[in-house]
Amino acid sequence: MQDNLQSSSYKELEQKSKYTNMFLRWFLYFVLILFASYFIFPLYVMVVTSLKTMEEIRQGTLLTWPSSLNFDSWLVAWGGRGYGAGDTFLRPYFWNSIKMVVPAVFFSTFIGAMTGYVLTKWRFKGDQWVFLFLLFGCFIPFQAILLPMARTLGTLGISNSVVGLVLVHTVYGIPFTTLFFRNYYISVPTELVKAARIDGAGFFKIFFKILLPISAPIIVVTVIWQFTQIWNDFLFGSTFSFGEAAPIQVALNNMVLSSTSVKEYNVDMASAIIAGIPTLIVYVLAGKYFIRGLTSGAVKG
Amino acid sequence: MFKWLEKNLPKIVMAPAVGLIGWFVYGFVLWTLYISFTNSKILPKYELWGFGQYEKLWASRKWLISVDNLLVFTALFLIFCIVIGIILAIFLDQKIRAEGVLRTIYLYPMALSFIVTGTAWKWILNPTLGIQKMFIDWGFENFTFDWLVNREMAIYTIVIAGVWQSAGFVMALFLAGLRSVEDEIVKAAKIDGAGLFTVYWKILLPMMRPVFFTSFVILVHISIKSYDLIVALTQGGPGISTTMPALFMTQAAFHKSQVGLSAASAMMMFMAVAAVIIPYLYSELRRENAR
Amino acid sequence: MKTLKIEELSKNFGTTEVLRKINLEIDEGNFLVLLGPSGCGKSTLLNIIAGLETINEGNVFIDDYNVSKVEPKDRNIAMVFQSYALYPSMNVKENMIFGLKQAKTSKEKIAEQLEKVSTFLQVDKLLERKPSQLSGGQRQRVAIGRALVREPRIFLFDEPLSNLDAKLRVEMRREIKKLHQQLKTTVVYVTHDQTEAMSLGTKIAIMNHGVIQQNETPENIYNKPSNTFVADFIGSPSMNLIKGKLIKNSNNISFIADDSSLEVPINNYDFKENSDLNNKEIYFGIRPEHIYFKKLNEDDFDINLRADLSEYIGHEQIVTLDYSNQEILAKFPSTIKIELEKEMKLYFDLAHISLFDLKTKERI
Ligand SMILES: Nc1ncnc2c1ncn2[C@@H]1O[C@H](COP(=O)(O)OP(=O)(O)OP(=O)(O)O)[C@@H](O)[C@H]1O
Ligand SMILES: [Mg+2]
Repeated sequence: MQDNLQSSSYKELEQKSKYTNMFLRWFLYFVLILFASYFIFPLYVMVVTSLKTMEEIRQGTLLTWPSSLNFDSWLVAWGGRGYGAGDTFLRPYFWNSIKMVVPAVFFSTFIGAMTGYVLTKWRFKGDQWVFLFLLFGCFIPFQAILLPMARTLGTLGISNSVVGLVLVHTVYGIPFTTLFFRNYYISVPTELVKAARIDGAGFFKIFFKILLPISAPIIVVTVIWQFTQIWNDFLFGSTFSFGEAAPIQVALNNMVLSSTSVKEYNVDMASAIIAGIPTLIVYVLAGKYFIRGLTSGAVKG
Repeated sequence: MFKWLEKNLPKIVMAPAVGLIGWFVYGFVLWTLYISFTNSKILPKYELWGFGQYEKLWASRKWLISVDNLLVFTALFLIFCIVIGIILAIFLDQKIRAEGVLRTIYLYPMALSFIVTGTAWKWILNPTLGIQKMFIDWGFENFTFDWLVNREMAIYTIVIAGVWQSAGFVMALFLAGLRSVEDEIVKAAKIDGAGLFTVYWKILLPMMRPVFFTSFVILVHISIKSYDLIVALTQGGPGISTTMPALFMTQAAFHKSQVGLSAASAMMMFMAVAAVIIPYLYSELRRENAR
Repeated sequence: MKTLKIEELSKNFGTTEVLRKINLEIDEGNFLVLLGPSGCGKSTLLNIIAGLETINEGNVFIDDYNVSKVEPKDRNIAMVFQSYALYPSMNVKENMIFGLKQAKTSKEKIAEQLEKVSTFLQVDKLLERKPSQLSGGQRQRVAIGRALVREPRIFLFDEPLSNLDAKLRVEMRREIKKLHQQLKTTVVYVTHDQTEAMSLGTKIAIMNHGVIQQNETPENIYNKPSNTFVADFIGSPSMNLIKGKLIKNSNNISFIADDSSLEVPINNYDFKENSDLNNKEIYFGIRPEHIYFKKLNEDDFDINLRADLSEYIGHEQIVTLDYSNQEILAKFPSTIKIELEKEMKLYFDLAHISLFDLKTKERI
């Protein structure tokens, strides 16, 4: 390093770096693809299994390709076999989930937007503490509120109903939605609000005319986050609603665990795919926003 | 009157959120705390009973197994998620051709529910038709893989599925962290003669301390709360070999009519989470104020 | 032997062409400044010299050996960055010796170098501190120290002073100049600040849109800009470019501005080529500081111009003048009283003018 390098040694260095680089790249791709197979494997198995008949499943292995594309299991998982008692299928529960998700996402997002707006643009003494007060709600283990929640829903007469679940998911979504909007609005220049106030705009006008129009990205992030969380929830669903009003994750679990007849793995897998497909679609279509929600929802700032 | 309304409008708008969280989070936690000090069975009772439920809890074999499982699970879950997450993040950071596709693949499990994950892995790991059969059919006659039904090993199947679900998330956190490092630092290191390994080991990873901290907190949080995955994969079995605190709590509350005991277990979980979260929030807030 | 030679170098990022057919040569011990507006490719060129970017076409030679495919660490160069790029997790000492350690230098040699350089740069009291505990100026010293300890063949600087405040910048500039005088190491220095370039460089290469416009001594760059870009870029305020044409008859040659009948004789101008000058459309370039209030030289040309505006900037004032409907600027001492909206008699220093072809914008 200190002395002048000679031409010959330059040539050697050139060669050496070329070989190390090549080896490194191969190794890199090898490891990356290895892990990719680990991650893709279960999805592949699910899809393939759902397309096989039980006979094929018993004969082949996890990886064998189905002999024909057979969507029977999907139909059974979705709509049942058509005989009365004991025939569980996902369709009604899928709609339950939709009826639960849409209002809960809407209310929690709206409330979060308003609180985030106040916390950043109408600051008052102690607002930091109020934020912390709300933020802590992101982290409590829900076990600590299950018992009183069950009683409250009972008292309100909405236990075991979609309405009850909407309430639960709205309330426990607020800490997250507030966090999202607060962190987004804090980077919007306060001068914007000040200027509008000088022009005579009031509290709501500023929100609807100035902040809301520039909030599209964070609304997308929040809606996706809330949608995924609520759609995928099992704890609240299974504790507060068990029969007809159950959301899809609960129904899926019941279906898979039901020990009425012989295990039909193909139907199980089709059901799992049906229960997972809405969030998967959202992820594939809006992955960027999904990741942004993950990294800023679970991580502050 | 109108003046007052206008002046306090922001606070009035805040009120529902604060009220709801105050009631449904803080109020409920306090209620649970109170109940944990009573001798409630099937219905809550309100006369205080001291620490009886906690004594009962820590004398219960099932609870001790739960805690034991939680520790094992948390340790392995943390190590594997962080190690795999870091490796993937570093490798993806090397101007990889199909980066977008690979990232999507590593992270998609995070979009699935634990129930779906559990259902899938339960099928894959089942000893009759799953992986075991696959290897036997491939000619490994004596291959056995019965962890799912093996008391000793079942907890590790939960680790496998949990890591599968969450490692991609750690990868995303670290990748974002690495990408936020100034280019010039890496350039300086290259000129200083640091190889790829040294650049990461000596320079970039030490800069990722906040990301380590964040990942740690989130993963511990996930593991303490883990419930769905166990329900879908093992229901706490075989026997009670894979039971965990969250499962213990719901079973005590809703199946065994031990409301007081379940409240005590919920409070233990609450304290465990608080022990991790409060220092985290404190440091995060300090960092934000320093900015 | 040239310490550094760049030959027909081109670089593109995807479809955007960033550098086009760059040719550069630097002799041992020279201080070359790459100067140009933001985004013109200065950093890219520097990174290519360092080996941090790949090349699309052309070659880079260090001491006549083609290093185009050699790793940065083996090129015997050191680099100082705009953001300092100190390793945040290491203290000052570790930062400075990191490169030596990687090169497996002996312990004694490392200690010796560290001692020498840290006292030289006056950072010997800061060795145990982390970069976050240093001021901007101190960080810059450490960054320079990290480059110095390795005793490189060529120093590369990428806008090292642009993160410092104005006062510190002038101080550090002087120190870098001193450093170069003492060490006599070859330097390539990137900046977009012309004062910095003028005061530091033994040569300045002016770049625009990935092309080197002119590569000469600071004096030549200032006095004989090779095209209107350079003329406009250097100097503050920049050179006045007056549109007009040349009139040549028998032995006399003069300039007439558009919409004007006044002939400015330019018989002493050193034309590159003497043919085809009559009626040629040109820019007549004269710097604001070469328009005088009093006659200073024998052949200064006197002219009456109307003053429209005067901007006071302390020791000087910048006066906007009207030259037959073209706006030109002049720089006078602020002690002179200017009457606005009035014609005044001024003098053009014809020894310091530049003429450019209106179409090609090249110096003629
Ligand atoms: N990695 C890259 N990918 C694509 N384009 C790039 C990349 N790096 C630089 N560029 C583009 O190349 C051009 C030259 O960039 P460069 O950094 O060399 O400019 P510069 O002269 O150093 O400017 P500045 O004075 O602002 O630092 C710019 O237009 C920039 O946008
Ligand atoms: Mg630059």
